[in-house]
Amino acid sequence: MNDPEPTLISINDLKVHFPVDARRLFRRSRQVVKAVDGLSLDIRQGETMGLVGESGCGKTTLGRAILRLTEPTSGEIIFRGRDLAHLSNSEMRLQRRHLQVIFQDPYASLNPRMTVSQIIGEPLETFRLATGNAKKQRVQELMEMVGLNPRFLKRYPHEFSGGQRQRIGIARALAVDPEFIVADEPISALDVSIQAQIMNLLDRLRREKNLTYLFISHDLRAVRHVSDRLAVMYLGKIVELGESRAIYANPLMPYTKALISAVPVPDPKIESTRRRIMLEGDVPSPINPPRGCRFHTRCPFAIQACREVEPQLVEIKPNHFAACIRISPEEPDIEQVAPGFAPGLRSHAAADLA
Amino acid sequence: MAQPVTLNLLEVKDLRVYFHSEEGTVKAVDGVSFDLKQGETLGIVGESGSGKTVANLSLMRLIPEPPGEIVSGSVVLRGRDVLKLSRSELRDLRGKRMAMIFQDPMTALNPFMRVSKQLMEVTQTHLGHTKAQARAHAVRMLEHVGIPDATDRVDSYPHEFSGGMRQRVMIAMALSCQPELLIADEPTTALDVTIQAQILELIKRLKAETGASVILITHDLGVVAGMTDQVIVMYAGKIFERAPTAELFENPGNPYTRGLLRSVPDPTDEQGQLYQIPGQPPDLARLPPGCPFAPRCERAQEICSREFPPFVQLTTEHYSLCHFANEVYAESKTVS
Repeated sequence: MNDPEPTLISINDLKVHFPVDARRLFRRSRQVVKAVDGLSLDIRQGETMGLVGESGCGKTTLGRAILRLTEPTSGEIIFRGRDLAHLSNSEMRLQRRHLQVIFQDPYASLNPRMTVSQIIGEPLETFRLATGNAKKQRVQELMEMVGLNPRFLKRYPHEFSGGQRQRIGIARALAVDPEFIVADEPISALDVSIQAQIMNLLDRLRREKNLTYLFISHDLRAVRHVSDRLAVMYLGKIVELGESRAIYANPLMPYTKALISAVPVPDPKIESTRRRIMLEGDVPSPINPPRGCRFHTRCPFAIQACREVEPQLVEIKPNHFAACIRISPEEPDIEQVAPGFAPGLRSHAAADLA
Repeated sequence: MAQPVTLNLLEVKDLRVYFHSEEGTVKAVDGVSFDLKQGETLGIVGESGSGKTVANLSLMRLIPEPPGEIVSGSVVLRGRDVLKLSRSELRDLRGKRMAMIFQDPMTALNPFMRVSKQLMEVTQTHLGHTKAQARAHAVRMLEHVGIPDATDRVDSYPHEFSGGMRQRVMIAMALSCQPELLIADEPTTALDVTIQAQILELIKRLKAETGASVILITHDLGVVAGMTDQVIVMYAGKIFERAPTAELFENPGNPYTRGLLRSVPDPTDEQGQLYQIPGQPPDLARLPPGCPFAPRCERAQEICSREFPPFVQLTTEHYSLCHFANEVYAESKTVS
């Protein structure tokens, strides 16, 4: 085994809370949506970290908070020895050169009144990286890099198809030579035949430019394909973390098992025989997340202790972490654990004492 | 059982739906034919612009005319051509004999009207229910589609339900009169996978209980694999391939289908370069001569860009629109 690459971004106990006003009869109460609630994660240099979860789990908020497009409430985001969460706005602006984002909707994220050349060239001007002919040359170079014909320099976004627009968004993100890119559902809005093109493009660019990605998606098939490691989020917290191959082959958390088993497989033979773990109901509201394990309301394996003890992320197998008191390194398979038992409780009790 | 199972519920013949615009005529659906047996589920797969949605809106005569125009064809439901019905006959048909569910439930639900009222309207109109009967039926339908506390929630407004629950409400409304044909257009595309699994399971269960036929329109080959008996693959307004589901996945007879199947990441396969179909979906107003897929096709020959391909019959139920359909089919068989 090689040593893992050095950490590029280290997130420590990050919280992003949004106040919401709930109006009841005669009474106004201030409530808080805990979109990201005490989350820690290290992203290594050169890796693609996949981030999955249902809508409302906080995955987009996490991505935006790392780039300070959404203000974190507390916690640290260490990048190159500096805490992004506590930089002033002007200091942060300088850091944005290294941290870029690709959005889901290639229709909404490009200014319809700007030509492709202006869209891709804008960050070059903002960071004073190139002007005049050098800028024009760089824009053409970027267009070629993402597979757009540089002849279309003067065209407007509406003249392109969805896949091509996503390429424009990627070229814009790459213009400033960033180190880290948050790709927030970059293929979800695209046709099937175009999704493969964009996934391959992102993968090629990562290798060529030694980029690091946080790849956010609800599509587990896509995430499994592009990412080295995978983080599974539920109601503001990471509940499972590990190499994506290992998680896909052997998910530890009941939630991850359910997510993976819910993905339809394009093979009628597999579809007709496989067993699905159905989850009842929807994701609970992040305003009042359930006590104890946040997943206990939908978990087929929940016991009384799950309603009381908040599980910590524990290394169940080498480099494979899960937040569930019903499993432990000695008993990693929840389906083999005796009914009512919670082998992970002991390590949690020890952590509480320490 | 009034009807033998083998009877065709629906026969669509040579359907052509064109849209007239300043930039020219867009042939959104161009010569589509298929049959649907009673109790069968047909999947229609295609990318955006393939014509899959327009074809199905036409079955219910929901195409805005103008700019759209159903140029030719017939849509025969139980022996009657839907395209020849009068407005009042159509009204009687929609909602009662055939119903539709959409990707976004809010296209079908009125945001300003209580769910109870919307559900009751359907059965009061079509089944002549009294108010009390309609209300009882509405509650029963909500229970049927798995909405907890249906009696309490029936008077809620659509926005008071979550996305998955709203989808259930729409399904309840569509199934209120026990239609013979349910058309589901990307019913789970906007939902999380966990909720998608619930909704697909619900559609399967309701179909088994009511014996309805279902047309399922989707871009997700995984959904098709688990839900359907027959599949149609559409591209540029044409049917490119038609086959029983198992056969289509095992032995595709069209390069486009094969490309689509290969471009889905396979979780059991090791990583590496993902197969990709090159190029962009075609502009329907400027279709190339010959096969519309030829510019993107890996095995296109000179003939493909010159002559429109034939619809080749490969087996009794398997057809492919390709000059080299037999060769592609033979390749699929040797590979698998």
